[in-house]
Amino acid sequence: MTITDGVKWADLLARVAHRQDTDAFATLFEHFAPRVKAFLIKSGADPALAEECAQDVMVTVWNKAAQFDPSRASVATWVFTIARNRRIDMLRRDRRPEPEDLPWGPEPEPDQVDALVLQQESERLITALAELPERQRVMIERAYFGDLTHNEIAEETGLPLGTIKSRIRLALERLRHSLS
Amino acid sequence: MITHHLNDQLLMAYSAGTLPEAFNLVVATHISLCDECRARLASFDAVGGALIEDERPTVEMGSDALSTTMARIKAGGMQARDDRPPRTRDPVLPAPLRAYVGGGVDSINWRPVGGGVKQAILPTSEHASARLLFIPAGAAVPDHGHSGLELTLVLQGAFADSEDRFARGDIEIADEDLHHQPIAEPGLDCICLAATDAPLKFRGLLPRLAQPFLQI
Repeated sequence: MTITDGVKWADLLARVAHRQDTDAFATLFEHFAPRVKAFLIKSGADPALAEECAQDVMVTVWNKAAQFDPSRASVATWVFTIARNRRIDMLRRDRRPEPEDLPWGPEPEPDQVDALVLQQESERLITALAELPERQRVMIERAYFGDLTHNEIAEETGLPLGTIKSRIRLALERLRHSLS
Repeated sequence: MITHHLNDQLLMAYSAGTLPEAFNLVVATHISLCDECRARLASFDAVGGALIEDERPTVEMGSDALSTTMARIKAGGMQARDDRPPRTRDPVLPAPLRAYVGGGVDSINWRPVGGGVKQAILPTSEHASARLLFIPAGAAVPDHGHSGLELTLVLQGAFADSEDRFARGDIEIADEDLHHQPIAEPGLDCICLAATDAPLKFRGLLPRLAQPFLQI
């Protein structure tokens, strides 16, 4: 993803929110649906269930498009949170209450500068993630996508819990560094 | 000012959606009170977003997936909607907790557990338990250790133990190594949200006998 990509997704989503633009939605669908499907399969869904749930996620993307705020998250991050919530339902995992929302008013225009800075940071994070040593990246991916706790990763990989924790800690330090 | 925050492990697991419900509730409640941890959570969500963006390989959708999805959207009326609940305020309980209590602090169904201490067990999955604790100003919670992870979030008043002082919004993260006796400060009665994934281990004889009755 480049900066222009991040801004592009945000613009397309704004067109969905304000003008029910089906072409804009088709472009978003083409990019994100196969990613969400891959994510759900890694989480343990069979391909048919993953396909159905990825469609659910994209229906939610349409319905909640007006709630997206480009100064708070990239579109990819926002899609991730929707996909995560769908996965929790799909796998009948524990309920996950949301924090109290920050105050919101009658549709204030998102700050353009904040939005650009956030999209730039998101891009740096993606680059940093791609550049992580493979064994660190795998741990991060397992923790997010594999639907596994650290203890379960330890059981599955046979690695000591301490090793898993230190790999995740090192990975987070690198990711943090990319944002500073 | 909040001085005791969530750790990376809890924030990451909350972002990934792998925590037991009782811990999710504590994390969501703390973030409702703490802008710093809200921002940190946004970073962990951004890691999830980066993983989605950088997903390799992606998995192709069915050939009619877009038209099926559009048909479902049209059936739903096309109109994007804002389904966020209206904001209501309670001076003690942030929104996620109000949903579990069924109202504000006046709606809590307290049960006495001795020594003026009261509790209300909240309905969560069996993987971990959550309760609200009412500790009268100046009173102590029985001395206890932990066989698992215990999170204690202060909602009103303050308590102190061998580790530190904890006031509204502060979270104490206790594991096997911590044996502590929280004591509520004089002044305001202390209300906390506590969650644990294992039974607490009380030191004294009476609390141990009481344990099955208290469901701790």
